[in-house]
Amino acid sequence: MAALKAAFPYTVPIFASFWFLGITYGIYMNVSGFSFWYPFVMSAIIFGGSLEFLAVNMLLSPFAPLETFLVSLMIQARHLFYGIAMLDKYRGTGFKKPYLIFGMCDESFSINYSAEIPENVDRGWFMFFVTLLNHIYWVSGATLGGLLGSVIEFNTEGLGFVMTAMFVVILLEQLLKEKRHYTAVIGLVVSAACLIGFGSDSFLLPAMGGILLLLTAFRRPIEKAGDIL
Amino acid sequence: MMTLGQQFITIGMCVLGTMLTRFLPFLVFSDKRPTPKYIQYLGHALPPAIFAMLVVYCLKDVEVVSGSHGIPELIAMVVVVILHLWKRKMLLSIAAGTVLYMLLVQTVF
Repeated sequence: MAALKAAFPYTVPIFASFWFLGITYGIYMNVSGFSFWYPFVMSAIIFGGSLEFLAVNMLLSPFAPLETFLVSLMIQARHLFYGIAMLDKYRGTGFKKPYLIFGMCDESFSINYSAEIPENVDRGWFMFFVTLLNHIYWVSGATLGGLLGSVIEFNTEGLGFVMTAMFVVILLEQLLKEKRHYTAVIGLVVSAACLIGFGSDSFLLPAMGGILLLLTAFRRPIEKAGDIL
Repeated sequence: MMTLGQQFITIGMCVLGTMLTRFLPFLVFSDKRPTPKYIQYLGHALPPAIFAMLVVYCLKDVEVVSGSHGIPELIAMVVVVILHLWKRKMLLSIAAGTVLYMLLVQTVF
């Protein structure tokens, strides 16, 4: 219970963003001709926003399982990085571990990696509740959207910025914690350069490749600087 | 139009692709064997770079040359940073930045 209490405040911004995005996604499925069961099941078992939006198009296109699989791999490739970063943190979480890995979306990863967990709170349960709450927000939002369809109309323009604001704050907290910022600068410059060079639809993979390359090339100076925690 | 079976397979492929990327590092580097030094290094060095990448990812569809030129995003982000440096309250910084951004795009721009 203490873990749930400690975890909840961290997930409030994610609630706002997941309901907004989830309802949007559910409505999108609804107006594309799918019953609410689709967003309900898909949000529960895929639990990855950007791919689920794309999956709507895939379901409306001719059957192409291999292509679907490859597109999923490409869109979700960033999770490989999250997994490498969480190898230590998810260690020793016992039976909760498979669920923690299953639910490791952008937001769960970011919170579980960066949150300052109070000492009297069990780390495993804290991370479990962060993941579970996020999962509940996303599935309930998507299902609600699928049920409501295009009935609802309210002025939510700009609400999606909640996600941007959250990642800005998490990045800022990270910068305040470390002495030197080599790897954050690498991430920022490479991502921005790839966004300009490759366009918004296909910059993630080259950005990941570039980050990996530079972190490998500058391993010595970065380790020496004690930049990393 | 796909049959129900084809829809199941398509959704299954999305699940498979997603879960492969989430579980692979944990399967390759198990608890039983020590993780290679290089991977340990990446585990520590990647997150700041990833957070920076995610911020860029959130801003990827901002129109810099047309529309509002990304001015509302810039103003809201500056406010988030200043407020956070001042108060260090995560929820406050996020909420204030989001409300300000919504006001900007709905009324000013």
